[in-house]
Amino acid sequence: MGGLLEGVREALGDTLFFYAFSPLVKIVVVMFILVLPLVTAMILIERKLLGFMQFRTGPNRVGPWGLLQPFADVIKLLGKEDVIPREAVKWAFLLAPCLVVGPMFVIFAVIPFGPPGEGESLNFFITDLNVAALFILAMATLGVYGIIIAGWASNSKFSLMGGLRAAAQMVSYEVPQGLSVVGPLILAGSMSMVDIVEAQREAQIWFIFPQFLAFFVYLVAGVAETNRNPFDLPEAETELVAGFHTEYTGMRFALFFLGEYGNMVVISAVASILFLGGWMRPFPNVEALAFLDGAWLGPLAMFVPLLWFFVKIMIFMLIYVWFRGTFPRYRFDQLMALGWKWLLPLALLNIFLTGLIKLVV
Amino acid sequence: MSEKDPEEAAKPAAEAGAEKGVEAKPPWLENPVVPEWIDAGEDELVLALRDSCPDAVSSAHSLEGDLSLVVTREGALAVASSLKEDLGFRYFVDAAGADYPDREERFEVVYHVYNIDTQRRVRFKIATGEEVAVPSLTGVWRGANWPEREAYDMYGILFEGHPDLTRILLWEGFNGYPLRKEFPVEGIDTGAAIYPEYYGPEQGPISGVGTGWMVPKPPEPVVEAAESDEVGAGEGEGEGEGESSA
Amino acid sequence: MSELPEKGPETLFDLKEMELNFGPQHPSTHGVLRLKLKVDGERVLDCYPIIGYLHRGTEKLFELHPYFQNVPHTDRMDYVAAATNNLAYCGAVEKLCGLVTPPRARYIRTILCELQRISSHLLWLATHAIDIGAMTPFFYCFRERELILDLFEEYCGARLTLNCMRPGGQPHDLPLGWTDRCLEFVESFPAHVDEYEGLLTNNRIWKTRTIGIGVLPPELALDYGISGPMLRGSGVDWDLRKARPYEAYDEVEFDVPLGKNGDTYDRYLVRMAEMRQSGRIIKQCIDKLPEGPIMAKKPRVLKAPKDCEVYFSIEGPKGEIGFYIVGDGTTNPYRCHVRAPSFINLQALPDLVRNHLLADLVAIIGTTDIVLGEVDR
Repeated sequence: MGGLLEGVREALGDTLFFYAFSPLVKIVVVMFILVLPLVTAMILIERKLLGFMQFRTGPNRVGPWGLLQPFADVIKLLGKEDVIPREAVKWAFLLAPCLVVGPMFVIFAVIPFGPPGEGESLNFFITDLNVAALFILAMATLGVYGIIIAGWASNSKFSLMGGLRAAAQMVSYEVPQGLSVVGPLILAGSMSMVDIVEAQREAQIWFIFPQFLAFFVYLVAGVAETNRNPFDLPEAETELVAGFHTEYTGMRFALFFLGEYGNMVVISAVASILFLGGWMRPFPNVEALAFLDGAWLGPLAMFVPLLWFFVKIMIFMLIYVWFRGTFPRYRFDQLMALGWKWLLPLALLNIFLTGLIKLVV
Repeated sequence: MSEKDPEEAAKPAAEAGAEKGVEAKPPWLENPVVPEWIDAGEDELVLALRDSCPDAVSSAHSLEGDLSLVVTREGALAVASSLKEDLGFRYFVDAAGADYPDREERFEVVYHVYNIDTQRRVRFKIATGEEVAVPSLTGVWRGANWPEREAYDMYGILFEGHPDLTRILLWEGFNGYPLRKEFPVEGIDTGAAIYPEYYGPEQGPISGVGTGWMVPKPPEPVVEAAESDEVGAGEGEGEGEGESSA
Repeated sequence: MSELPEKGPETLFDLKEMELNFGPQHPSTHGVLRLKLKVDGERVLDCYPIIGYLHRGTEKLFELHPYFQNVPHTDRMDYVAAATNNLAYCGAVEKLCGLVTPPRARYIRTILCELQRISSHLLWLATHAIDIGAMTPFFYCFRERELILDLFEEYCGARLTLNCMRPGGQPHDLPLGWTDRCLEFVESFPAHVDEYEGLLTNNRIWKTRTIGIGVLPPELALDYGISGPMLRGSGVDWDLRKARPYEAYDEVEFDVPLGKNGDTYDRYLVRMAEMRQSGRIIKQCIDKLPEGPIMAKKPRVLKAPKDCEVYFSIEGPKGEIGFYIVGDGTTNPYRCHVRAPSFINLQALPDLVRNHLLADLVAIIGTTDIVLGEVDR
């Protein structure tokens, strides 16, 4: 493989190789080998788990244990008639789903799935941006526009209300979310995702322990940010029929669906990196657990960090599903009150404490 | 039934069977005893009502323990407020219409009200005709609102002073009163009444000649013989008109 | 309701109020209820219910069929609580014709009605919880409801439209071993209620969503004629099973749970407690179940006496369900009017939802526990 890469490098020249070929390959790999399977698997796992919580089997007809259900869903949605309401604002109606999905995929560019490669091993990220944290927050914000535009362009009152709810909710929850990220950033002294994980290795502790408050705020704000139960107000089906995507059908609806689950993966991945040590094994400071690094696997050992990262993402996903199986839905004003009256002060308090400790120590 | 003696009821039926022929035969093995009207003019409630609103209660009887009053239209409001304010009938049970075509005034509105302190239920009836309005009791019991609308909807009984006397169960524009005795069970032709542009007279969904499902397409709205130029290439009428205009 | 200006998305943002059509095809209107709402953003300023989408002319049909053949019509009114409808109708006919039900039939009826009350409340809880966004109780409730429906199926062959009573008594005796299976269910049931309560009663979100929402003052409730758990949630101690005992209710012990504040949470608690009490009643009835005939002696052709009228009502799961029947000496009722609890209870909806948010509207529709089959008849 190395030889092949060398050959390509020879043929393209250094500039093309590093700035065009290699990112493209990485993007393809990350998209189609890491993200999309993760998202589709998540859809299936959620349905299975919810079924387990609710004394039913969940999907079990398509493929063994219903494993092929996501594919069946996608094929079904592709086959649906694509309806655009007559009164809709067409260009905005078409643009909205792309605006939801696009930024979600872009965020994965800065998410490190594994350690930076040394020598022969691979880099498990597309790029290591030095302002990655800001980049992620910015891109996550863009997703809101998709939802607002979808709600407005559908020209339906229920959609409009869903869009308005989404706007208010996501804007107000972005503030505590952004502020909660600041804590780990202070501790790590960097905004690069890779550096943050490395900082946790050097500190010999996951940031969830010194930054528990920030973790809590981030988790709650993250659930609200992705419009998941108990904060699924923009699409609350018993109140707003389906909220902002009421009028969407077929693949356009599937894009919203994909966006929602993709955003869940993003939030989980960022949470794992900021608080759970990213690709590191549990208890990185305990020598006795060193076998968890998988050095005994030989060349396959370079995939072990990937595995740990996936495990951590899954833990967050399970929390999402667990919430959905347990909680009723907040009312709109209560949701805003929670965000501004509790989460925001908590996040500020956390920054203050972290800064104080950093200053003193 | 509820009015049974509990001791007797608790007696096992096998025992009752053994006593067959003896006079203490359980009531469910006897022929049913049809309830009879009792004159209730001496009932204290009726006396109180006659006191507070004289001439309003025209008759009072009771059947199976339920008091049944006939109230005049003029005195209805006074009786109602007296029942609610003075006699404690705060719980509004129901209002229903009824149709007796043989009577001089064919309709009757039947109200049931209940006193939750004394557990007593009273029924009072107000007779009315097709054109004569009954005073609405919504001002006394709010609960009378929808039941009175239903009576209007089903019988066409008019209520005076009702805040919103519109059809409730049937749609606006329904041209009939279905619970009147003369209303046919199979329904009436509502098509022409509501959609004159789609159904001609006697061509609606239910009519003597057939069902609306068979109507192939709505007949063209009658257009004044204007220059309707190339409207109907395939339609006989349109062609004819086009030719004539040409 | 004020009229909206002529058209359009251009003016929609200029409006302070907008008119919103809620239903009849909306996930949380429990059928085909339609509400014309005037909303200011999320706040409901006014609400005008429009009903009748499920009107089938049941009262007209009653006049066409003999007394016995009318029982199946009653099944179709409140289709999640057919047994209580049957009982209210049969009770009215019995009162009209002077029939006396044998004790065994009365006990069987009591058992069936209480099972029906549990199943109706389970369906209410399932849909109410899912309206407020809690998904899991739905499946919990349907699990137990299924067991009740199985019991019904074993008794009369139907699961929803039971047609399980006749004027004068019961059509069938209980199948062999039915009481044991029923007892088994009743004994396992309180633990299940604990499960539902574990998910909801002390849940912080559930409480913030329901406490203080849709407060119904007792005087207003009586004025509107609201009955059943809605009335008792407001603290009015009135239950027809206690006030005018019918069937076997005067021979069993049970409590009537009451609320204090008359809000959605209190009504929730009242219904949860009622489910437990129903289990208690069933257990006592099975213990005391007498032997003997299940059908009263009655004429082959049941004719009402001439010129008589009765009103008979029972405590259904939704409230007082009553029948006003006028007899004219023939085999058919001359007039049969249904006092449908959902219909009367729904009247108060505009007063309950005014100045609440849209999300509360959904919670209040849920707590009113309406079945449109009964509202529209």
